Amino acid sequence: MTSVAEKTGEGQLGSAPPRPPGAARRAAGWARRAPLMPALIFMIIVTQLPFVVTLVISFMDWNAYYPDERGFTGVDNYRRVFTDVNMLDAVWTTVKLTVGVVLISLILGLGIALLLDRRFRGRGAVRTMMIAPFLVVPVAAALLWKHALYNPEYGLFNGALTWVWGLFGSDDPPQPDWISNMPLWSIIFSLVWQWTPFMMLILLAGLQSRPLDVVEAARIDGAGGWQIFRSMTLPHLRRYLELGALLGSIYIVQNFDAVFTITSGGLGTANLPYTIYQIFYQAHDYGRASAAAVVVVVATIIIATFALRTVSSLFREDSGR
Amino acid sequence: MSTLTQTAPAGPPKRKDRVGPWLSLLAWVVGILFVLPVLWMVLTSFHSEADAATNPPAVFAPITLEGYREFFSGAASPWPPLLNSLTASVLSTVLVLLLAFPAAYALSIKPVRKWTDVLFFFLSTKMLPVVAGLLPLYLFAQYTGLLDNIWLLIVFYTSMNLPIAVWMMHSFLAEVPVEMLEAASMDGASLARTLRSVIAPVVLPGLAATALICFIFSWNELLFARVLTATVAETSPVFLTSFVTSQGLFLAQLCAAAFVVSLPVLVAGFAAQDKLVQGLSLGSVK
Repeated sequence: MTSVAEKTGEGQLGSAPPRPPGAARRAAGWARRAPLMPALIFMIIVTQLPFVVTLVISFMDWNAYYPDERGFTGVDNYRRVFTDVNMLDAVWTTVKLTVGVVLISLILGLGIALLLDRRFRGRGAVRTMMIAPFLVVPVAAALLWKHALYNPEYGLFNGALTWVWGLFGSDDPPQPDWISNMPLWSIIFSLVWQWTPFMMLILLAGLQSRPLDVVEAARIDGAGGWQIFRSMTLPHLRRYLELGALLGSIYIVQNFDAVFTITSGGLGTANLPYTIYQIFYQAHDYGRASAAAVVVVVATIIIATFALRTVSSLFREDSGR
Repeated sequence: MSTLTQTAPAGPPKRKDRVGPWLSLLAWVVGILFVLPVLWMVLTSFHSEADAATNPPAVFAPITLEGYREFFSGAASPWPPLLNSLTASVLSTVLVLLLAFPAAYALSIKPVRKWTDVLFFFLSTKMLPVVAGLLPLYLFAQYTGLLDNIWLLIVFYTSMNLPIAVWMMHSFLAEVPVEMLEAASMDGASLARTLRSVIAPVVLPGLAATALICFIFSWNELLFARVLTATVAETSPVFLTSFVTSQGLFLAQLCAAAFVVSLPVLVAGFAAQDKLVQGLSLGSVK
């Protein structure tokens, strides 16, 4: 790539009158940067500037219900955030929700990817069926699970229980109230249903990029299926597993739709995005909401630094240019 | 793969024949289990409210359009939210592509210095919790009178999807053969011309996939739409939240609503099926 740039550079120098090299280099640099600038400036204004505002508000006493008391209060909001039991619960809920969904959907996704990595009749059809859950609008999916599946009176789960029990002549089937009995798991299951296809797609792509001749050679040498899986497939899949876990975490840490729809944050399921939304949108405590947001952002930056290191190692071989 | 295993002498064909069909069956069962809630949603949407709320489920109840009729002619018409979603998704996608395409060009074809840093800056904005930007945007909208204005959502959705698009386009542009670019630059083609007639044809499938994925993410977004819009600029996911609390017999109507709102995403997703992985993994998985 550099060779192209040099060639065109030479051509210009040959025909145009000599310019001071510094200015010419600078001009060429700006010409290269020009196409990038609109996107970069746009992103800085829309994503970085608001954060600066959040930072400022986080040091203010600002509640929309008491507009006269607006002023700076120092670290008061932060003290309230760190001593707030609800915030601590929200952190734990977020961790449990994210780890649960990512782990379960990765394991399920791996199993299903292995099943789909074989040739069989209707493989394309099964793949298409598998993708469908991911293509339901998240709110719609959460509503579907809440009312059409989990509902204790007419939901599909309890309906199926009635039907199965009926087959055996029993008219007293268990009819659990799924969401009340296990609120967090209800949310986790509905999210696992949506995210397993995503993990499956990434892992299937990984499986299909395996060098098959090596696997074949190992098989001819007498390696068993489990041996091949453990010592060849799994190491090859490692970066795909990491990528799936990373991208899944980025999206599920921020989940709002499922928590909002299925339990409305009740029964101990309020995660960080929902809690901050509540402080801001219902309590109208702008200062405290901002302080909480800043804390979350700082925590995310710390975690993301490690995550980014992983991604950059993933992308290193890709960045040819 | 199958021919290979058949001709491979060391493969244990007997065992394979016994396990193979069962694994295929298992794949089918799992596939059906995963698609079942979607099928159940579609089936229920075509049942009457009374049949939708039975226990055990009335699978073979007569088909009716009652749920859809109720959904479209209800007290609050779903058409304005659907149109708002369409406007916000389409316009933000167009904006994203207009910004991302040249940016990806400056990050892959003729890379600026420290282009990896720039690329990771874009990615890092995706990792920041969006909820941290919610309040400033809300206050900004309040002061400028942009609350309940679809353009604010368009701008926000553009910033939400721009990093994804830049990463995707970057990986697609990296596939453009260097010789074609050399030829173009020898002929003295301008930047705009090179973009239009050399690069665009090669990356068009990738461009389409990027557009579809940006469309899906904008269409799905709830949190910001809920906070920043009210009655005028309300989008479809916000409209759906009116179904959060149960209201008597409403399951068929709910399923009809969920299906109608999901339909564009299902269509876009299946259309982009082959590039879906590449897009969702920001271009790192092919």
